[in-house]
Amino acid sequence: MRIRIANGRLIDPANQLDATSDLYIADGLITGVGKAPEGFAADRTIDAAGLVVCPGLVDLAARLREPGFEYRATLESEMEAAMAGGVTSLAIPPDTDPVLDEPGLVEMLCYRAKKLNRAHVYPVGALTIGLKGERLSEMAELVEAGCVAFSQANTPIIDNIVLMRAMQYAATFGFRVWMQPVAPFLARGGVAHDGEVAARLGLAGIPTAAETIGLYTHIELARITGAKLHVTRLSSAEGLKMIKWARKEGVDITCDVSINHLHLSEMDIGYFNPNCHLVPPLRTQRDREALRQGLVDGEINALCSNHTPVDDDAKQCPFAEAEPGATGLELLLPLTLKWAQETRTPLVKALACVTSDSARIIGSQKGGHLSVNARADVCIFDPEAYVTVSRARLRSQGKNTPFLGLELPGEVRYTLVEGQVMFAPT
Amino acid sequence: MQLPDAESMLHTLVEQMRPNMSANTALVGIHTGGVWLAERLHAALGLSQPLGCIDVSFYRDDYGSKGLHPQPQRSGIPFDVDGTPIVIVDDVLYTGRTTRAALNELFDYGRPSRVDLAVLVDRGGRELPITARYCAHLMTEPLDCAKNLQLERDDSGQLELRLIDA
Amino acid sequence: MRNPQLNGHGELQHLLSLDGLPKSVLTAILDTAEPFTEVAEREVKKLPLLRGKSVFNVFFENSTRTRTTFEIAAKRLSADVINLNVATSSTKKGETLLDTVDNLCAMQADMFVVRHESSGAPYLIADHLHNTARHHIHVVNAGDGRHAHPTQGLLDMFTIRHYKKEFHNLVVAIVGDVLHSRVARSQIAALTTLGVPEVRVIAPKTLLPTDVERMGVRVFHDMQAGLKDVDVVMMLRLQNERMNGALLPSPQEFFKVWGLTAEKLAEARADAIVMHPGPMNRGVEIDSAVADGGQAVILPQVTFGIAVRMAVMSMLAGS
Repeated sequence: MRIRIANGRLIDPANQLDATSDLYIADGLITGVGKAPEGFAADRTIDAAGLVVCPGLVDLAARLREPGFEYRATLESEMEAAMAGGVTSLAIPPDTDPVLDEPGLVEMLCYRAKKLNRAHVYPVGALTIGLKGERLSEMAELVEAGCVAFSQANTPIIDNIVLMRAMQYAATFGFRVWMQPVAPFLARGGVAHDGEVAARLGLAGIPTAAETIGLYTHIELARITGAKLHVTRLSSAEGLKMIKWARKEGVDITCDVSINHLHLSEMDIGYFNPNCHLVPPLRTQRDREALRQGLVDGEINALCSNHTPVDDDAKQCPFAEAEPGATGLELLLPLTLKWAQETRTPLVKALACVTSDSARIIGSQKGGHLSVNARADVCIFDPEAYVTVSRARLRSQGKNTPFLGLELPGEVRYTLVEGQVMFAPT
Repeated sequence: MQLPDAESMLHTLVEQMRPNMSANTALVGIHTGGVWLAERLHAALGLSQPLGCIDVSFYRDDYGSKGLHPQPQRSGIPFDVDGTPIVIVDDVLYTGRTTRAALNELFDYGRPSRVDLAVLVDRGGRELPITARYCAHLMTEPLDCAKNLQLERDDSGQLELRLIDA
Repeated sequence: MRNPQLNGHGELQHLLSLDGLPKSVLTAILDTAEPFTEVAEREVKKLPLLRGKSVFNVFFENSTRTRTTFEIAAKRLSADVINLNVATSSTKKGETLLDTVDNLCAMQADMFVVRHESSGAPYLIADHLHNTARHHIHVVNAGDGRHAHPTQGLLDMFTIRHYKKEFHNLVVAIVGDVLHSRVARSQIAALTTLGVPEVRVIAPKTLLPTDVERMGVRVFHDMQAGLKDVDVVMMLRLQNERMNGALLPSPQEFFKVWGLTAEKLAEARADAIVMHPGPMNRGVEIDSAVADGGQAVILPQVTFGIAVRMAVMSMLAGS
C-alpha cells in the first residue's frame, strides 16, 4: 500500500519541520518528505489540506487494564481509543493483575497487542516482584521479552535498601528506571493535596513533601548508583525545582507530567468530584502554573495521558473511596493543543512533548518522527475543530475524566500505524 | 370600594362579646392581625386570663403545595387550656382553613371547655363548616378572590382594613 | 458550578454543608427554628407538617445520639421514621452506596438523613438523586467524615444567638481537634458567614489542617492567649484513638495544655458561654467544674438541636 498525504501542514518536531508538504508512505515506512521517491505511484491519496500531519503520538503512560481488569477495559477497547486519539505508541505501566514481573506475561501482552495491529506497546516492567518492594524482578529477561524500562507504578518501595539495590541492578545494564516520586508514609491514607481544599472538604491530605522527599531519595540513589532516572507524573513546583537542581548536579534525569496536572488544580475538586481523585493528587494553582511553564521551558521532558480507565462502580463513590484515575488517551492531543494555545507555544515545540521527546524516553528510534525510513506512524488532525468531551464520544471503556463536558481544540481525522489507515472519518 | 372602619367595628365586637365573658374566658389571637385585635379586645373586656397567640404556619393544610411559611412566629398559650372557655380571635374569616388550623393547634395544648370564634369581618367564601359566634361586619358582596383582606396597624396602634393583591 | 444544596428557586433542596450557603439561608433556618422550640413545652409535642412522609435515617457509621435527635425531630413533625444501620448490613455484603440509595428510593423515601464515615458521601447521594430526576427526595447530612455536620453547626449558631443576640460583635474560640472535626468545619463556615469578626482556633499544630487560616480563622496554640476576652468557647471532642500516638503524646498532657479549666476560662469575658457538641471527655478536653458550671450551655444545645432539626426538615420537605 502506497499512500500520499497531500497538502497538509507537516509538523515533525524531531526534524524541526513545520511546512506545507506532502508525505509519502510505502511498505509501512516513510519513503519521502516533500518530494516523491522515484517511481512512486500512490494507491491512495489523503487530502490533508487545512490539517496538521504529525508523527503518531507516543504516550508514556496508558493502562490498558489487561491482564486482570478486563471488566474495566480491554486491549480492544483501549486500542480503539488510542487510534481515535492519534496515539500510536504506548508505554504500559506494570500495575496489571498479575503485575508485569514475568517475561511470559510481557510476551503475552506484546503478542496480544501485535495481533490487534493497532498501537505499538512498550511495556514497563515491574522493578520488584509483585511491585512488593522486596525482591528484584528478572530485569534482563524482561527486557528480552520487550520491556523498555522498570517501574513501581504507583506503589512505592518502602525499604530504601531494596530501592537502592533495584536501581543498582538496573544501572548494571543501563536500564532506565521510571519512578513515581512519593515518600510512602507521608502519602499514606491521603486522597487530595494537603492544602486549602482538602482542609475545607475534610479530605485526608498528601503533602507536597511526600513528592519532594520521595524525589530527593530517588535523586540521591540515582547519583550513587548511576541509574538513569525518569521521574513520572510530576505534580509540584517544588518537585520541579528539585529536578532542575539535580540536573545541575549532573544526575541523568528526565521527567513527565500528565495532562490532568497540566490543566487542573485542587480547586477543580469542587464538591467532591470523584473524577478529580487522581494519583498524584491535583495540587495548587501555583503548582499547575509551574508545571505548565516547566513544560514550555523543556525542564519537563514529556506530556502523557496517564490513561487509567476506571469503571463507574469504582468511581461513583465518596471521593476518598473512589478509585483514582481518569481516562486520557483521547484527550492527550486536545489537551496538548490547549496548553500550547494558552502558553503561546509553537505547535512544533508542543507536539515534541508527545512525539519525539516521549519516544526518546522510551528509547524508541522507530517512532515519534517522520524521517525517511522511519515507521509510518502518523496522526492527521484538524487544529481548528473543537470537540466536546462526552461519555458517548469516548471510545475508551473508561468514561470518567475531569474534562467531561469541556470543549477542547483539535479533532483527529486519520491515524496511520505502519502505513495502514487505522482510523479515518466514517 | 369603601371598606368598613376597623376601629368602630372593634367597638361593635366588644359589645357583642361582653355579655358572654366569664371569669376565666381566655382570648387567643391568630398571627398577625388577630393578635393585634385580641390585644385590644383583651384590654377592652378587662379579662384576667393572660392573652394567648397562635401562628398556624405549622398546621396549615397547604404546606404540601406551598411549603413552610417563610417567617413563622412562636405560638404562646400562657394559661392552662384544660377546662378553659376560649375565644379564638382573627381579623378576617374567609375559607375557614386558618380557623381549622388554629383549632387543631389549640387542642395540642389541652381540652378547652368550649371554643368560640370572634372576627372583625366575615368576607364569605367558606370552604369548611365554620362560623363566627362574634362578627362585627358581614360582607354581602363577594370580594375578588385574588385580593387579600387584612388588618394593618399604624404606629399609633390604630387598626385599619386593607385590600391588597394576594 | 451548580450548588447542589439549592434548587432552581434558591430554596434549600438538601442540607449538605454550611460552607457555600448564603447568610440569608442560614438566618432563615435560625429564624424558623425559633418557634419550634416552643413545641417541646406543649402537652402534645407534635406538629402535622411531615404527616405521611417517610424519613430514612441512613447511618453508615454508628451514632446513637445523633440518630436519636433526628428521630425525635422527625417524629415531632409526624413523619414515619425508619432507622437503618447500614454499617452492619448491606454495604458489608458488597452493595454500593448508590445501590442502597436506589433501594430506599424504591421504598418511597421522602428524606434521607445520612451519616457516613467518608467526606462528601451525602453530595454523591444528592448528585445521584439529581441525575435520576428524583427531585422530591431531600438529603440531610448528619455528619460526613471530617467534612461537615451542618445541623450541629446550626444548633451551635442558634445557641450563640440565643445567649448573645448578635454575631457581629463576638469573638469566638474553637478549641481542640480541628483537623478531624466535621463539627469545627461547620462551625467555622457558619460563624464566618454570619459575620462574626473574629473566629479563633486553639490547638496543637498536629490537630490543625494545613492552611486552616484560609478558612478565615486566627490560629492560637496557647490557651491563655487564645481565650483572652472571648465571648464564646466552643470545645471539640477528642476521639479516643487520637489521644496516644503520633498526634498527641497523652490525654493527660492534652488536658494540661488545652483542657478547659476554670482557671483558663477566667481569661475569657466574664459572661462567656461554654459549648460542647458532646459526648464530652471530662478530664481530657474539659474539666467537670466547667462542664457543670454556670457558663456551660451544653444541655440547652441539645434541646435547641431538636428545634433546629425540625426547622431544617420542614423547610426541606416543603421546598
